[in-house]
Amino acid sequence: MTISSVDFPHATKPTEVLHGVTVRLVGDSGDGMQLLGSQLTNVSALAGNDVATFPDFPAEIRAPRGTRAGVSGFQVHFASEEIFTPGDGLDVLVAMNPAALVTNIGDLKKSGIVILNSDSFEAKDLKLAKLDVDPRQTGLLKDYRVIEVQMTSLTRAAVEGTGLSVKEADQCKNFFAMGLVFWLYGRDVSPTLRFIETKFKNKPQFQEANRLSLHAGWNFGETTEHFASTFQVPAAKLEPGTYKNVMGNQALAWGLMTAAKLSNKDLFLGSYPITPASDVLHELSKYKHFGVKTFQAEDEIAAVCSIIGAAFGGAMGVTTSSGPGIALKGEGMGLAVMLELPILVIDIQRGGPSTGLPTKTEQADLLMVLYGRNGESPMPIIAARSPADCFYAAIEAWRIATQFMTPVMLLSDGYIANGAEPWKIPNVDQLDPIRVEHPRAHEDEDFKPYLRDSNLSRPWALPGTPGLMHRIGGLEKEDVTGNVSYDPKNHQHMVNTRAQKVANVANLIDPITVDGADSGLLVLSWGGTWGACHTAVQRALKAGKKIGHVHLRWLNPFPKNLEEILKRYDNVLIPEWNKGQLRTLINSQFDVPTVGLNKVQGKPFAVGEIMEEIERLT
Amino acid sequence: MSTELPVLKAADFASDQDVRWCPGCGDYSILAQMKKVLPTLGIPREKTVFISGIGCSSRFPYYMNTYGMHSIHGRAPAFATGLKCARPDLSVWVITGDGDALSIGGNHFVHLMRRNVNLNIVLFNNSIYGLTKGQYSPTSPQGKVTKSSPWGSLDFPLNPISVAIAAEASFVARSVDTNIQHLGDMLTRAAQHDGTSFVEVYQNCNVFNDGVWDYAKEKSVRGQNTIELEHGKPLVFDDGKKGIR
Repeated sequence: MTISSVDFPHATKPTEVLHGVTVRLVGDSGDGMQLLGSQLTNVSALAGNDVATFPDFPAEIRAPRGTRAGVSGFQVHFASEEIFTPGDGLDVLVAMNPAALVTNIGDLKKSGIVILNSDSFEAKDLKLAKLDVDPRQTGLLKDYRVIEVQMTSLTRAAVEGTGLSVKEADQCKNFFAMGLVFWLYGRDVSPTLRFIETKFKNKPQFQEANRLSLHAGWNFGETTEHFASTFQVPAAKLEPGTYKNVMGNQALAWGLMTAAKLSNKDLFLGSYPITPASDVLHELSKYKHFGVKTFQAEDEIAAVCSIIGAAFGGAMGVTTSSGPGIALKGEGMGLAVMLELPILVIDIQRGGPSTGLPTKTEQADLLMVLYGRNGESPMPIIAARSPADCFYAAIEAWRIATQFMTPVMLLSDGYIANGAEPWKIPNVDQLDPIRVEHPRAHEDEDFKPYLRDSNLSRPWALPGTPGLMHRIGGLEKEDVTGNVSYDPKNHQHMVNTRAQKVANVANLIDPITVDGADSGLLVLSWGGTWGACHTAVQRALKAGKKIGHVHLRWLNPFPKNLEEILKRYDNVLIPEWNKGQLRTLINSQFDVPTVGLNKVQGKPFAVGEIMEEIERLT
Repeated sequence: MSTELPVLKAADFASDQDVRWCPGCGDYSILAQMKKVLPTLGIPREKTVFISGIGCSSRFPYYMNTYGMHSIHGRAPAFATGLKCARPDLSVWVITGDGDALSIGGNHFVHLMRRNVNLNIVLFNNSIYGLTKGQYSPTSPQGKVTKSSPWGSLDFPLNPISVAIAAEASFVARSVDTNIQHLGDMLTRAAQHDGTSFVEVYQNCNVFNDGVWDYAKEKSVRGQNTIELEHGKPLVFDDGKKGIR
């Protein structure tokens, strides 16, 4: 008999209605916690909740089992109202072993539920977690509702008869945990059953075993006396439309493809695998039928160089990387500044310096991407603020690149890249087209490749066009003709012109708007801190504080009205996941008092952390 | 109705820029042969693109009235790969030198050939760094005394042909700057080959490494030291006195 959705009737216990819940699932990096988390996210989104996620995993693929270093987690926040962060305190912690329990219990709210796999608290498990005594006996859990479940043995029993070995049976226990969590929150299992069917298409034994395991977890909830009721988080009132749950890198890939379409260009991605950027390469490599070409280059340098070559040929050249790769691309970006060709360089930031924290988030590359090239080498910089926003940031970045014939830097980060939220699928026909013109063939061969328009942008003449033959290169260009020039005055003029051209971008970008009060304290943020800053300011406003919030999308150039807005406030709080890089820029350009809130732990801000600082300053 | 293509001459491929190589440089001869060969290929000038890295040889694109890009040191193969992928309709040439291709750009050089991208690469090998004024290069022999190796270079040289073959290049040739007939033939054959074509050219740097290739250039000795490989012909040299029949 095959388990199907009819085997998962509505729970018979009473239901308690909640506005929002934050669940964190933690276990070994091979335990399938990421899979469990993404399934819970998807079914919650399908139930109409607003969702925000925070996957947190080690850099090692299969870190040593049972150790603290090997703990992999996935946090899901689902709510019946609009939410902007994956949640501060946890309502539920599901821990598959002692290491996972002790490293995460501190984030569980008082009286929160902790669900343990009690089969994994043997002496050897405690030793792996570097624990002398069982944490269940130390009083560590006294403030919580502890629910011990023999997940390993119950899963083994559930899958008996499918022919799986003990080791294979144990791999199914994440589905047991899933069944229990789904039961607890009344989640529809049908999408997960479909997922199991597709995912294990070629492994029928696992297909059946995972279904049985899911079912056993569900039944455990229904029969155990641990739970007197289930919980329900009703659908959120989101703007009407068709939504899709997207991760940042996925939305970014789709935004790039849409930008290519809007500008009538073929997308050429030159990239070298690097965490946390590789998923953009993976996603785009699926879309050959949309005219997308992906090139896995031999290194980071070749990746950026290949897209400059493609851009010379008239393609939409894009490269994706993270900090260490961006450092290597510096010379190539400088050439793109000199050649004045449009390309997008995308930095999905991670903890640094050097290899740093590959799988953890940070926003400490701002000054590098602004200043980290030789010579006066200005580039516009745009930063996405959330997973779904990556879609629009990509389009806007490409619009500016083509209008100004300049490389543009797009910043995202590991938190945005791997986080997920519902994204309202736009009507593509209503997006503004990106007009790109190429000069036509000339008879007289008197083409001037560096003759500029009102934006100070030069013509994008394509090889293959008769009469426009020209040579470009990294040596300084003579104004208008583009010939090599070492003339001192010409160099000054060209440096000034390139700087002015990037400054002119401010004429096209939207002025910033303030969310909240226009005096008192201003919270100024950029990039992935948006959700936490927005939520904190909303709470502070509700509490009657005089506070406003400005979120910067463009970091270079700044919006024209930034100074005027900054001057309205007594104090400016700048929360960043770095040592104060935006704050340095603000202090160097504007005479306003600023305070930094700087977190570099590889983790996003909790709303509470920003609230505390607001409290201190108001 | 077909339009007849205009008949192009070598002079049509000369740009309006003054050539700034040292007088007597072997690069002039390669430039002249390239200008002679291109009109014979039947490819319009606007469909031809030269991409170079950094070094004396890499100034080459400025002197051709085609599309061109003088890129960054060692990376020309990467730019050319991107361009050719985006625009397969173009005829793309990479111009590089021994330092550019084998030292700073060694990585890109081998990857271009293993991918067999349909473009042509011409390596001007003068066995010295010319533009930075005379340091030893990856093709300089061990013991070579230069500004940066006053007691002689410690490094063993690379043989560009061996590198190309090891990277599974599908067309490999070597020619000499002054052997203009052979050089012209090799450039033509390279252009006609479908896949990456690699042509190494022994090029004399009369300022920093004069006479480096005399063994293959000097009339009195070159017969004894060089074999011209031709399909279907016996492997003989020194006026047929030596070799394999």
